[in-house]
Amino acid sequence: MTTTPSTAVQAAAPTPAGEPIIRMDDISISFPGVKALDAVSFRMFPGEVHSLMGENGAGKSTLIKALTGVYTIDSGTMTLGGRPLVISSPAQAQAAGISTVYQEVNLLPNLSVAENIMLGREPRRAGAIDWRAMRRRAAELLARLNLDIDPASLLSAHSLAVQQLVAIARATDVDAKVLILDEPTSSLDADEVSELFRVIRGLKDDGVAILFVSHFLDQVYEISDRLTVLRNGALVGEYLTREILRIELVHKMIGKELATLESLESKTRQAAVEGDTVDVPYLEAVGLGRKGSIEPTDLAIHEGEVVGLAGLLGSGRTEIARLITGADRPDSGEVLVRGARRRLRTPRVALRDRIAYSSEDRKREGIVDDLSVRDNIVLALQADRGWFRRISRKRQDELANSYISALGIRPANPDALVRNLSGGNQQKVLLARWLAVAPRLLVLDEPTRGIDVGAKAEIQKLVSNLADEGMAVVFISAELEEVLRLSHRIAVMRDRRKVADLPNEDVTVGQIMGLIASGAEA
Amino acid sequence: MSSTLTTLRDLPRARLFWPIVTLVALLLLNFAVSPGFFAIRFQNGHLFGSLIDILRNGAPTLLVALGMTVVIATRGIDLSVGAVVAISGALACTIIADSPTPGSLGTVLAAVAVALAFSLVLGAWNGLLVAVFGIQPIIATLILMTAGRGIAMLITEGQIITISSAPYKVIGAGYWFGLPASIVIAGAMFAIAALVTRKTALGLLIESVGINPVASRLAGVRSRGIIWVVYVFSGLCAAIAGLMISSNVTAADANSAGLYIEMDAILAVVIGGTSLAGGRYSLTGTLIGAFVIQTLTTTVYTVGIAPSITLVFKALVVIAVCLLQSPALQARLRARRVSTDLSDKKGVLA
Repeated sequence: MTTTPSTAVQAAAPTPAGEPIIRMDDISISFPGVKALDAVSFRMFPGEVHSLMGENGAGKSTLIKALTGVYTIDSGTMTLGGRPLVISSPAQAQAAGISTVYQEVNLLPNLSVAENIMLGREPRRAGAIDWRAMRRRAAELLARLNLDIDPASLLSAHSLAVQQLVAIARATDVDAKVLILDEPTSSLDADEVSELFRVIRGLKDDGVAILFVSHFLDQVYEISDRLTVLRNGALVGEYLTREILRIELVHKMIGKELATLESLESKTRQAAVEGDTVDVPYLEAVGLGRKGSIEPTDLAIHEGEVVGLAGLLGSGRTEIARLITGADRPDSGEVLVRGARRRLRTPRVALRDRIAYSSEDRKREGIVDDLSVRDNIVLALQADRGWFRRISRKRQDELANSYISALGIRPANPDALVRNLSGGNQQKVLLARWLAVAPRLLVLDEPTRGIDVGAKAEIQKLVSNLADEGMAVVFISAELEEVLRLSHRIAVMRDRRKVADLPNEDVTVGQIMGLIASGAEA
Repeated sequence: MSSTLTTLRDLPRARLFWPIVTLVALLLLNFAVSPGFFAIRFQNGHLFGSLIDILRNGAPTLLVALGMTVVIATRGIDLSVGAVVAISGALACTIIADSPTPGSLGTVLAAVAVALAFSLVLGAWNGLLVAVFGIQPIIATLILMTAGRGIAMLITEGQIITISSAPYKVIGAGYWFGLPASIVIAGAMFAIAALVTRKTALGLLIESVGINPVASRLAGVRSRGIIWVVYVFSGLCAAIAGLMISSNVTAADANSAGLYIEMDAILAVVIGGTSLAGGRYSLTGTLIGAFVIQTLTTTVYTVGIAPSITLVFKALVVIAVCLLQSPALQARLRARRVSTDLSDKKGVLA
């Protein structure tokens, strides 16, 4: 009733004095071995856009899933509009007025727009679906979003952005008090984003509380009134967007105090590459881009050089890595390998040019978990040789054993299934796989994430040794100290763009953070 | 003492334990009903006996199941094998029947060559749909499963083609080295498949694609080629089975040749411990699975189960084997055993 468009707007501006529509107090959720949320408190007011901020593993999605009934909370209390809220399924959450639009559009492309909006809630007359009423209701909802499309048209006929808006129309039909938008802009271009923001503002004026999750700082600052920062499953704080500087926000997300960071400096870093390196870079990307993923970007990597890519998740650091390694296909620009133009259509083609990519997603894109350590180590080399020229068992054992001892893989058993190894050891197995193909350019995306300190130091040492031996390395990490310590040159990514490319001379973590936050040199 | 106990306890978890137990149990059941079951006679240089019959009759299922195993290992499935069986038999028999010299070895070799070559095309078609166009394997092969019977009907012009050709008869009913030729052929295909997948890197790459296609792609594995190879191999195996079946009855029946053989083949693979989710596979497991299926069919006759409930009996055995291998059930049984162990100890203490 309160969300009927005709009634007067109840809560225009977010006022902390008003009653929050959602309160979550001291919420804890544990999974075996991990505390995903640790006594986190969170609140939202009607008629505000609230951003949930945090890096990978901060607990954002766990919090959302607690709110939408996907996960059950271990302890803590939730209230909705002042009443205790107990939900144990997404259906209950929706019935209570909490609607979610997920990152991937969760609709049925082969049904009409109206059917998608009203699916499961079709108006009925005498047992049969009242198609006319259905289209009318759908048209009303679309009109409310100022979306001028035919409700009878097929959903698949529309762009991804319009589909996203249809998903929102569906979410707002159920008298939504709270609307959760999880990365709604990740596949939209600038115009589509502004269209989405127009709709969000309209809903906000209707008194809906909107939870907005995005990696794009610019968008967060443009649309949200308030933000909550999580880090490692714990609450960092709640802030009014207009009162927190970007640089402060980045600090809070990454979790280092400015003072300690400034003092860190980059003392341990080796001297930058001498002038005697070849002028032609091993790999050069010219205007390399992919729509909806990364803007056209230039990047050059020389042999013997470690190029660090710094930036937040979703800033384009992984996206550019995937384009120069054949994991994704670019739709603009070109790649030069030793000055010659190359079309790196697939990872296989890139591997032919001795370019190896170690993905950030170790489980899904790295290890083949049901195979042994030996099989995993020889996989890329074997794939390169083709199925017919099998690497002899003797050679396989030599390779496996030499990497097991060189990288200290535990258990030191080539027959152990990789699924039974710890994260750090799985990472070492992957490194061994790529080193076995003797790459000239090794792209390491978050190679040290989620592994223990000892293994981390070993991998860092390995990377710097490899570069000393003449390998070109691209090193991506969310930990800026690590990037600074290892890299000769640092490319800073922000909002799908490279905003800086600087030699690692007297660069501080603070400067990099400034670049990540605002795009201007701090 | 305790170590032997643990190894004995671990035995039921060994990969091929339950399939072998089932096979042995079925054989013993047959032996109990007809005491002459294990007897093998040597007559006129040929081996005879119930066990030999099981091997011979199981040969087509084994062949089809071999192809099915590698297809399933890549997360696929090939429903079209029954149709390919019918097509290859129809093609070979029609060529032989239309030839002026049906009894000559040259005619038979030509007919076999054409049938096998066409099966490679059919397998490549399945591979094209799955690997290049990305159609789900169950749908992609369903196309040929239904269309293939039509193709076989076109070849035979809707007739049952009966032939009389001594050299062709050998494939399904003749003897080589004292053994039924079909056993020799199936055994040879098994050996070739095992050698090729384990002596080259094909086995590793097949499993890698089946376990984690995304990681395999990033590692440079040409999964498209691998998927193509397994469907072509499956088509070839089905075609050889088709030759065997039509040769055995000296006739090609487009409607009923190889009917439901895909079900038996999939069951053989599953009983052999290869997961339908893809990944690690076991050709030896499939071998045992195929013999379990065939022994089951034989058992139905020796035990004298009414034909009307044959399928129900088969289904019960298959359900039992699958349940015994289910990780969830095994975990539950183990939990119970631990708790009874504990209560035993309590009893002693009291």
